[in-house]
Amino acid sequence: MTQHDATTARLGRALGWASLGLGLSMTFAPRTVTRLAGVDDSATARLMTRIVGLRELVHAAGLLLGPPEWVWTRVAGDAMDLPSLVIATARRQGSRRMRAAMATAAVAGITAADTYTAVRTLEEDIGKGRGHEAHRNGALHLEAAVTINRPPEETYRYWHDFTHMPEFMVHVDEVQVTGDRSMHWKAEMHPLNKTIEWDAEIVEDRPNELIAWRSTESSDVPNSGTVHFGPAPGGRGTEVRVDMEYAPPAGRAAVAVAKLMGEAPDQQVRDDLRRFKQVMEIGEVVRSEGSPEGPHTQRLMHQRPARPMA
Amino acid sequence: MKANCWMGMADVEVQDVPDPKIMNDRDAIVRITSSAICGSDLHLYDGFIPTMKKGDILGHEFMGEIVEVGREVTNLKIGDRVVVPFPIACGRCNSCQRQLYSCCENSNPNAGIAEKMMGHSPSGIFGYSHMLGGYPGGQSQYARVPFADVGPIKIEDDLPDEQVLFLSDIFPTGYMGAEMCDIEPGDVVAVWGCGPVGQFAIASAYLLGAERVIGIDRFPYRLRRAQEKAGAEVINYEETNVLEALKEMTAGRGPDACIDAVGLESHHGNPAMYAYDRTKQIARLETDRPFAIREAIMACANGGTISIIGVYGGLVDKFPLGSLMNRSLTVRTGQCHVQRYMKPLLDRIRNGDIDPSFVISHEMGLSDAPKGYRMFRDKQDECNKVVLKP
Repeated sequence: MTQHDATTARLGRALGWASLGLGLSMTFAPRTVTRLAGVDDSATARLMTRIVGLRELVHAAGLLLGPPEWVWTRVAGDAMDLPSLVIATARRQGSRRMRAAMATAAVAGITAADTYTAVRTLEEDIGKGRGHEAHRNGALHLEAAVTINRPPEETYRYWHDFTHMPEFMVHVDEVQVTGDRSMHWKAEMHPLNKTIEWDAEIVEDRPNELIAWRSTESSDVPNSGTVHFGPAPGGRGTEVRVDMEYAPPAGRAAVAVAKLMGEAPDQQVRDDLRRFKQVMEIGEVVRSEGSPEGPHTQRLMHQRPARPMA
Repeated sequence: MKANCWMGMADVEVQDVPDPKIMNDRDAIVRITSSAICGSDLHLYDGFIPTMKKGDILGHEFMGEIVEVGREVTNLKIGDRVVVPFPIACGRCNSCQRQLYSCCENSNPNAGIAEKMMGHSPSGIFGYSHMLGGYPGGQSQYARVPFADVGPIKIEDDLPDEQVLFLSDIFPTGYMGAEMCDIEPGDVVAVWGCGPVGQFAIASAYLLGAERVIGIDRFPYRLRRAQEKAGAEVINYEETNVLEALKEMTAGRGPDACIDAVGLESHHGNPAMYAYDRTKQIARLETDRPFAIREAIMACANGGTISIIGVYGGLVDKFPLGSLMNRSLTVRTGQCHVQRYMKPLLDRIRNGDIDPSFVISHEMGLSDAPKGYRMFRDKQDECNKVVLKP
């Protein structure tokens, strides 16, 4: 299960208790609730109140027994309740209108709390600690590894020539070597289709073993990382491990949007390594008609049909 | 060119599509002279394999003539006649070097999808979903063949298409099914499913020295073919209790090896039992119906081997793991590593050990592919194997 910070977990549980209280009173004392909310005291209204009460109990069970992601069921419930309350308020007169308006305002407040908690769970999903990706001081931390059927000397040498990066890094357009240990990167940022550039330097270089880099201070996209090249056991080639950190240029919200569009950063790094493996083992990136760019995170969700292109 | 395209559940259509082009340096373009409909194509047709997309070209059993080669293909030239293996394999990764071609680590550009569903990705396959690469298949007039320098086998003599076409899949698949049984003198082998792959498994078990081979199916014409063309003893599971019959035939031991040549759309003689798993499959509580494999496990002799060559897609329920574990059974399985078998099996065909054309029941034009799929699925006109001519 995804790890959540204490605040999100507390918020989730609090909303769960609120659902439990509301659910119990709506289910077992619907008449009191309808009166407070300015609803007609009819058999239909009582039935509807009981049904919504049962729904609240489902939210409660989920939030109290399960992960805070269950708050999304409350958000969905709010999306049902608010419009009906607004319509009801408009159709009431006098003190009943007043009570309906107060109920609407209360639900609007609750909606805000629900949505806030829900968004928190989403952001933590992005920074989830499943071994590949985690947050550290707002930066995104990514790890990925691949085994390549070539000796460490060869994989190290190829990576060390950074001008090769665009061959296997999907979003990198160009890397220029600007000095002994410095280089200039140009990349395309999805989903914004914005070109970003930065300078970086090699901070550690152990032949056939390790390359570490860091962006220079002026960079818009602070990033750093290490690639390890270790011999795989039994003559299986090289174990290549990438460990990197970067501050997403448009912030964590942009990462959330990107993720919804199929651009999970951890998957992206894995795909880049897969392409690196292909370049090393077979000399080029493998293309199919369904995925003409080769392995590509975004393509996984938006395949072309498997037929030749015009 | 014309190509047979998947348009949705139980819906294929021959359409005009663009001609294939070279995309990688090790590609070749083949003008197809014969292709076939495979039993596993029916899993696509029936909608059991996820990640199909409307317009995908089907077909993974095909052969033809080279009309174009990429820069790095030096072993083939224009005009060469080749049979193409269905797994797409690079020949250079660790798996390929261990001859596990259907587990090639590089040929599936959509490995990310397969990893989500299976943990790790197998190789790409022609015309077999986007999870397995998004490659167009060979039920068409032309096809692009990746890694043409390691995959296709050249046919240099005048053996007709009908005798060599099945080197692309079903002959090696049946053969590997029998080979995985490590057959020893005196062994009894039982084969669930007497379709074309089952028939090749039966014939191969005999080639590899089995004492007796027993075929199990419910269609009389398939049982007849298994008996007459491949030499099997047969059991019709709708008429006979398979477990009892196998015990009786082996004096209580059970078959030394059991081959599952059925896969995920198996049936059960008892309608209530069938309804149980069919319902769960419809409700997506399991993706595959495992009647044949359950029975194969229960039937197998202690210490015997279960060889699975029927195609499974995902998850099954009520799997008799206890029987498997407590009785020291061995499970061997895999999509066929066709590249490993093409040469030795071509030699067997040349020597006259076997003539694979015995499975063919129908030959029709590519434009009749939709009819061929329907006939094959519904077992009309004793349909056993359909060859399509573009």
